[in-house]
Amino acid sequence: MDKTEQLINIGIAELGIVKGNQVIRTCGLGSCVGVVVFDGERKIAGMVHIMLPDSGLARDNHVNVAKFADTGITALVEKVVLSGGRRSSLKAKLAGGAQMFQFSSSSDTMRIGPRNVEAVLQQLEKLQIQVLGSDVGGSKGRTIEFSPDNSLLNIKIVNQGVIII
Amino acid sequence: MPFMDEIKTIHLDILKEIGNIGAGNAATALSTLLNQKVDMSVPKVEVVSFNEMMDLVGGPENVVVSIYFRIDGDAPGSMYFVMSLEQATSIIRRLIGDSTFTIEQIENHPFAVSAIQEVGNILIGSYVSSLSDFTQLNLQHTVPSLSIDMFGAIISYGLMEIGQVSDVAIVVDTVFFAESDSKNEELNGHFFLLPDPDSFTKIFSSLGISDNG
Repeated sequence: MDKTEQLINIGIAELGIVKGNQVIRTCGLGSCVGVVVFDGERKIAGMVHIMLPDSGLARDNHVNVAKFADTGITALVEKVVLSGGRRSSLKAKLAGGAQMFQFSSSSDTMRIGPRNVEAVLQQLEKLQIQVLGSDVGGSKGRTIEFSPDNSLLNIKIVNQGVIII
Repeated sequence: MPFMDEIKTIHLDILKEIGNIGAGNAATALSTLLNQKVDMSVPKVEVVSFNEMMDLVGGPENVVVSIYFRIDGDAPGSMYFVMSLEQATSIIRRLIGDSTFTIEQIENHPFAVSAIQEVGNILIGSYVSSLSDFTQLNLQHTVPSLSIDMFGAIISYGLMEIGQVSDVAIVVDTVFFAESDSKNEELNGHFFLLPDPDSFTKIFSSLGISDNG
């Protein structure tokens, strides 16, 4: 396999699948949440960069499923299974959902980070996928990388080094 | 409203003029504050995907100093004043009169935080009030909120409103720079204006242009 194909970058509101020793990455998660669903035994993983909690918020007709927690995680799980992951072995790890700016206002948009995390956890529970680790909240952006080879999620935070879960 | 499909050159030109007037006033204010000549580019108004948006300031992982404002009133939206670490350092040094200041110290330096927030406040204040005069719309901005972090993490926050309607955003991007730094793109700052989806109609109709041009 080409070296260039070893690292797959996922943009905002996108999802992707990797296998074996490939690495999947998404950069600059703020209030967005990066969710990895993987089958550690078969070394298959998918990642989605969730932007909003609920597809019910969508006001247009052609919805990009990867943008929302509910539709994004469902689509991710389907894709991992289609790529050879076993439904009953799937586990999840997640990071993100920060509150980048501090305001006194408590309006819903301001709380988008925590709401994204809640929605992701709810959807994973609904699909009966166990969460093995998470690093959420706070007020810092994150870049995350995952490889199905070792099932580890690398989380990089500006000025705070790397956390591995 | 499927506004992205209906947007025409005339609408983009109006937004460009808004950026021009707003940022022109802001650049003058910054110049007065720093006692230094500040130039700006002709604003770019672009319809960009969220991922293209990240590349406007060196990619999602690029660490920047940003001051975020929410605009309230008749035509709500988000506004950012984004600088490179170098540029913010040089502005802060100038304002607090301490040439040894480095950006790493900022978390323990409330005076520096308040200096840079005040810069944002003055700039956005003049941007928003000229926008308000031009359109005759009632607009106010919130207090500034400072964040030094990855650009992707910062800008995605301002895409939440538009994200509910669309996968692309209309961004009014004005670049400004100190005259001595004009050849060094690293020292460029940006104003980003991201109107909420429903605000476009209001801005256009306040200027006598209907939605469908």
